[in-house]
Amino acid sequence: MKYEAPDTVEAAIGLLSSAQGTARVLAGGTDLLVQLRAGMVEPDLVVDIKRIAGMDTIVEENGGFRIGAAVSGAQLGEHAGVKAAWPGVVEGVELIGSTQVQGRATMIGNLCNGSPAADSVPAMMAAGATAHVVGPNGSRDVAVGDIVTGPGKLSLSKGELIASVFLPAPAPRSGDAYLRFIPRTEMDIAVVGVGVALTLDEGGTITAARVSLGAVAPTALLVDACAQAIIGTTLDDAALENLAAAASAACNPIDDKRGTIKYRTKVAGVLARRAAVIAKARAGETS
Amino acid sequence: MPLDMDLTPKTVFDTVGTRPVRPDGNDKVTGRARYGADMAMAGMLFGLVLRSPHAHARIVSIDTSKAEALEGVKAVVTRDDFPALDGDETAKAEAEENLWDVACNVMARDKVLYDGHAVASVAATSMAIAKKALKLIDVTYEVLPHVTDVDEAMRDDAPVLHDDLFTAGLDKTPEKASNICEYTKITTGDVAKGFGDADLIVERAFVTEAAHQGYIEPHACVAAISRDGLADLWVCTQGHYTVRTMCAAILGMNQSDLRVTSSEIGGGFGGKTTVFLEPVCLALAKKSHRPVKMTMSRDEVFRASGPTFSTSMKIKMGVTNDGKITACEGRFSYQHGAFAGSSAGYGATCSMALYDCVNIDFDCYDVVVNRPKAAAYRAPGAPMSCYAVESVLDEIAQKLDMDPIDLRMKNAVKEGMSSVYGPSFGPIGFVECLEATRDHPNMKAKLGPNQARGIAAGFWPNYGGQTSVSVNVTDDGNVLVSLGTPDIGGSRAGMCMMAAEELGISYDRVQAIIADTSSLGFNDTTGGSRVTHSAGMATIEASRKIIEIMKHRAAQVWGIEADAVVWEDGQVRPSGPNAGDNKPMSFADVAAIAGSTGGPIAGHSEINAEGAGASFGVHVADVEVDPETGQTTVLRYLAVQDAGKAIHPDYVEGQYQGGAVQGIGWALNEEYIYNEDGKLQNPGFLDYRMPVASDLPMIDTVIVEVPNPGHPYGVRGVGETPIIPPLAAMGNAVSRAIDRRLSEIPMSPPRIVDAIDG
Amino acid sequence: MSRTHITTTVNGDTVEFLCDPQETLLDALRDHLGLTGSKEGCASGDCGACSVMLDGRLVCSCLVLAAESVGRKVETIEGMADGDDLHPLQQKFLEMGALQCGICTPGFLVAAKDLLERNADPSETEIRYWLAGNLCRCTGYDKIIRAVMETAADMRGA
Repeated sequence: MKYEAPDTVEAAIGLLSSAQGTARVLAGGTDLLVQLRAGMVEPDLVVDIKRIAGMDTIVEENGGFRIGAAVSGAQLGEHAGVKAAWPGVVEGVELIGSTQVQGRATMIGNLCNGSPAADSVPAMMAAGATAHVVGPNGSRDVAVGDIVTGPGKLSLSKGELIASVFLPAPAPRSGDAYLRFIPRTEMDIAVVGVGVALTLDEGGTITAARVSLGAVAPTALLVDACAQAIIGTTLDDAALENLAAAASAACNPIDDKRGTIKYRTKVAGVLARRAAVIAKARAGETS
Repeated sequence: MPLDMDLTPKTVFDTVGTRPVRPDGNDKVTGRARYGADMAMAGMLFGLVLRSPHAHARIVSIDTSKAEALEGVKAVVTRDDFPALDGDETAKAEAEENLWDVACNVMARDKVLYDGHAVASVAATSMAIAKKALKLIDVTYEVLPHVTDVDEAMRDDAPVLHDDLFTAGLDKTPEKASNICEYTKITTGDVAKGFGDADLIVERAFVTEAAHQGYIEPHACVAAISRDGLADLWVCTQGHYTVRTMCAAILGMNQSDLRVTSSEIGGGFGGKTTVFLEPVCLALAKKSHRPVKMTMSRDEVFRASGPTFSTSMKIKMGVTNDGKITACEGRFSYQHGAFAGSSAGYGATCSMALYDCVNIDFDCYDVVVNRPKAAAYRAPGAPMSCYAVESVLDEIAQKLDMDPIDLRMKNAVKEGMSSVYGPSFGPIGFVECLEATRDHPNMKAKLGPNQARGIAAGFWPNYGGQTSVSVNVTDDGNVLVSLGTPDIGGSRAGMCMMAAEELGISYDRVQAIIADTSSLGFNDTTGGSRVTHSAGMATIEASRKIIEIMKHRAAQVWGIEADAVVWEDGQVRPSGPNAGDNKPMSFADVAAIAGSTGGPIAGHSEINAEGAGASFGVHVADVEVDPETGQTTVLRYLAVQDAGKAIHPDYVEGQYQGGAVQGIGWALNEEYIYNEDGKLQNPGFLDYRMPVASDLPMIDTVIVEVPNPGHPYGVRGVGETPIIPPLAAMGNAVSRAIDRRLSEIPMSPPRIVDAIDG
Repeated sequence: MSRTHITTTVNGDTVEFLCDPQETLLDALRDHLGLTGSKEGCASGDCGACSVMLDGRLVCSCLVLAAESVGRKVETIEGMADGDDLHPLQQKFLEMGALQCGICTPGFLVAAKDLLERNADPSETEIRYWLAGNLCRCTGYDKIIRAVMETAADMRGA
């Protein structure tokens, strides 16, 4: 295995494009090193992007935020601006692992690991985040939901990496939230994860919504039926019931050591309800 | 030799009962302390084990030639390198541990019996080369049908693991081999009559899944052997003498040629009372003529060390309307992993030992399955059986609308009553524990929606065992205590305190070491909650011998008879008509003249300690259950237990808290998960879910002290009882919170939601 | 397989060693620098026994490649005491019996020290969540949490 730590994006792209055999990008390393140790992956080349200038920055852009690929969960959690704009996205990222893991793990690394249960993804999808992909043939912006195509599989081609994720400026009277179910209080992979982002009008009626489910299908899902269940409502009990039913209906989970199909399906509905309530409360607090 | 000592328990203490800092503490908070993997020797090689990917298979052939040819590989061993016990029928006899089974577990013979079973091992100049070498070993397997579930393994059509295993304990030895290694019948009184007298009968089936001790330190050792066969082994273990016994037997060595040194140990809880890597490490060291270091990865710890049993049980209990137990019938099936064990009967006995019930009928089955060979886990056998009995008692309390403590008071064993396992009880503290529980402020805490309180009791008889201790006096008046029981919970401090107490000197003049096997007489393992009792007794006996010697030396100096001298308050002085003729001599004064009065002053004690006192405990769990997700939050937890006499109260509390939390983890989330291919699904801390700090409240404790007359200070071992009540305390709390009776451990959220939703 | 030459700073000292590219910082500390105070409990970032500070961040050293430490500042348990004086946390752990076997203790001390440097008055809940990545199997966490709370109080002069 060869380890490289380039100091420019161009150099990183060059290394990845010309790599013989398997190459992996190294940001936080909290997934890659586990996989290396377990023998699940034996890369010929590891490209560490942490020494590239600007990779670990969070920059305001058009009222939103551009988050570099090397920004750790700990750094993100310390950024007042992102926390105020997208508390759900931040709480999703902050749920990844322990304090020690937070010191290293990155939002984008979590996305690119391609796990259906990734904690950062549902809230990013609900927020309408976009990934800035760079590569040998130029750059493009891709909806976060279009990055992962299956467990461990990405829509990136050889030589490409994600340099940053853009969180748009939230509309007025918007709020988001992320909830996950785990059996303990920390340190577990999500059994179910739900991200909800919504916008209210002055009367408190939901005018826009995005609901994303994690860990209940091969990839995280953006469920339009869930959004439709609550748009045009004040999130009364009937709307919440419809939301829960739509979430459960959209599930396509597996039975595994972390949860059963029956359980995940039920809890997806429960968490969709609870996350929507929190998102609405947060929307009500903003002006 | 038998203990010849006045055992009248002391009641007034100077050092015992205080909370001094432990002697090994400074090293442990600065990273200096050396554990199993912290040793290195010049020229050391690194060993790795090739493990079976199959749950059950015949090994057709093993070809190690390509591995041996790899540059950097210095030795490869397989089953062919362990011939010492072949054909040795005594090794298969009922020993403390069947050595043949241990040998076959350490390196598979004709079959692999579980996913992770060791098949071959290499030693190489680096871990990277060792990893490569493992991939070059070709093993041909004939995969066989497997069974991992205890009930399925008992069926007539189950795949049979050992064709020479015939159920022991039946009236007639069966002709057909099976997976049931032992049947035990425990019966007293007349259960039919007892049920006839009952106003209420409750019957329920229970399942407990297998758990692992979960010690944070993986197994690790370093071995070196000279060309004339003298070996050194550094190992993290609860019993280095047991390691010596097992390794010497498996390798065909004299015990006196194998010096085992116990490193500091990063947790054991029973799982480090046997050998896994050690004989292999010695074999590699012998073959390579170099020191070899081996450590287990966390994956290997789960797959290939010794978890505890999963069980399937049924309890039927009868009571009168005022809560008197009239009869108890039970069926207990325990799986021991791939090799035979004998725990179901013992566990079953512990479950009803707390209660005065003469009509008992238990059918107990010990079973083998294609899982790793089980090892002890804190009170082995009892948490499961007590979970079942204490859950049934709770159900009875609910049906009779009776306070669960009152129900237990009504049936509690007391001094003088016969225990179900034979002897009459001496002074015991069950009633005192129940009273202390009832009086505790936690019992008054108000419970809100979805919250409930669960109570359960537990008992462990404790154990004495073979123990050797030497206490040596330095000529500057200090004391060295040589122990042979690795310190897993602060016992060095306890022994220093007991020596200081006996000798009348201050604690900071006493040092303790854990001696290696060549430097001190035999010691049984640190386990069975025996060390504070047994090593304590031996330490006290050795210290009292020193006092006798010191009296003689002083008498010699004063020219008077030895019986004209008394020892008081750390000083020796003439007594009777000679009193006042000579100035008293302190401990240090006598130590200083050792050389000129006859030689070095020391006391030794080699005993098979008896008189261990049973420790009863009562736990109370307050929980809240989210009815929509089944998530359980522990709001409050109380552990009450009888310690006899708490030598160092911090360490006694620590045992109560640690054992309680292991039980809570087991009750809520810890289990070995297998799928249809017989492979362990969760061999890591991510999916083997032990409690983390945010999962728990403070664990409140009460130390009850009903002195044990079998120990000079009244000590009772406390290490094991704490893991017994939590399974049912949690089970009862959760059952009450959701208003459904749960009967499977762990009560993971999907199981709770299934129970709620019906 | 050729080895990489690494220069980094550990507990204030400049150190160098050779390592394989796949080796972790934990491997390097233990096997090349003789700093065995950081422990391997799982090698997958789930137990915290290998906790160190890297450029002022609490991390699991088993999740950092040794090569990533070039030019960075590493602080381990061995650097926590100040000459003859134990850090207040180390002292308090001893006084309050906040360790039994002690294998998890270095990780807890490094993690708790970082917490108290960031938050001088953490609540019990905050301490428990901060330390959720440090597994202990012996103590049930009770005395550890109490020791951290009392040290925080002492250090605040409360």
